[in-house]
Formats: sequence, C-alpha cells, structure tokens
Amino acid sequence: MRVVVQEKPFNPYQEMAAYEESVIPRGKFGGVVAFVGTMRDFNEGLSDISTMYLDHYPGMTEKHLERVCQEAMRQWDIIDTLVIHRVGKLVVSEPIVLVGVWSAHRSQAFDASRFIINDLKHRAPFWKRETTPQGERWVQGNTQDVSTLKSA
Amino acid sequence: MKIKVKYFASMRDSMGRATDTVDLQEGCTVADVWRKVSANTLPDNTLVAVNMEYTNTAQGLREGDEVAFFPPVTGG
Repeated sequence: MRVVVQEKPFNPYQEMAAYEESVIPRGKFGGVVAFVGTMRDFNEGLSDISTMYLDHYPGMTEKHLERVCQEAMRQWDIIDTLVIHRVGKLVVSEPIVLVGVWSAHRSQAFDASRFIINDLKHRAPFWKRETTPQGERWVQGNTQDVSTLKSA
Repeated sequence: MKIKVKYFASMRDSMGRATDTVDLQEGCTVADVWRKVSANTLPDNTLVAVNMEYTNTAQGLREGDEVAFFPPVTGG
C-alpha cells in the first residue's frame, strides 16, 4: 500500500508499471484497475479554466487516504493499492489523482477502486481553486458518483 | 490551555489568516474555540477536525490539541 501527495507532475501509467514491477508479486494478480482523474478546462458553468491550485491539509490528508486504503484492503480481497494525488499548481489535462488496485479477480479491483476514489472525493481534505478569465474561485463541491446515488 | 487552530481554503481566506493559537479554560469545546476566533456564526457546511480526525463542534479539547475548520472538500 502506498499513498503519495506531491507537487510534482507525474505520469500515472509509468507509476502503475513501476509499482507493479517492484512491489506486486508476479503471477498472483489477475485484474488491475487504474482510475486517473485529470484536470478539465470546464467546470460549474465555465468553459475556459486555465489553471488550478490544489490546497490540502498536510498530515491529515495522507492519514485519511492511508486509512481509506486500509479499509479497502479489509473489505475486498485485493492485493495492493497505490494512490498518488497532486497538490499545488496544475494546468489543464494534467493528472490530478491516480488510484491503482491489484487483485486476483476483476470485480474486487473495480469495487475497491470505486470505494477509494469516492471516499477521496468526498472526505479527503483537498480543495481546488480554479483560475478563470473572471478571476480565481474555490470549487464548491464534487459531483456525485451516479452509482452511489442509485444505491443511496 | 493552549489550542492551535488551522483554517484551510475559503475558510482561510475569510478568516484572513491560516492559523491561530488560543488560550481557553479546561473543558472547552470546539464551539468555544470558534467563538474565541470569530464573531460570526460558523457556516453550516463547515467541516471540523481535531488532531486530524473528523469530529463536531461539541468535542471537548485538551492542552495542545489542534483544531481545524474547513469547507467541503473538492479533491480528486
């Protein structure tokens, strides 16, 4: 299990491959799910957002994410998780977050990755501030996962 | 007793500062901390953490605790 919060841009696909190569036991996993969240140029009624700043609560953010990944490991039969999240300044189309899950079978990896990203979006202490032609603004809220709404 | 207070995102902007240290009596709660740092009512959607764990304004505090106030989160 690895959780990283960093300012530096990252390539999620290289990170997945490197983690898998160095940590995940060969031959033991049959399903890998990678969720990558990237920065859009449109949000909450505006279509020309240029950059974004991500604030976070150092210490609490990492602690919260580690606990969520531990909970996913407890609830589902998965082998390992990798979470990387950017903070600081981001530009359009850059990856913001990676949630990677390895498991023996696909359904466990799908379910665990959805659980981690949904908790991250609604509970992990990160905040987005967008730069728009009208100035800077704090994002008011994240969109709900439709499957979460249906089951609620 | 001394309590460290942190504000994040739009809460930091509206407070005009990132941190405070307040001196309160034994047995005080998170709500007492808010009354000490602001004359305004705590906004309804504010999230509260003590020592980096989510909680509510009724939680009692101890010397050296860290209290944080922040708006709904928007990561990912």
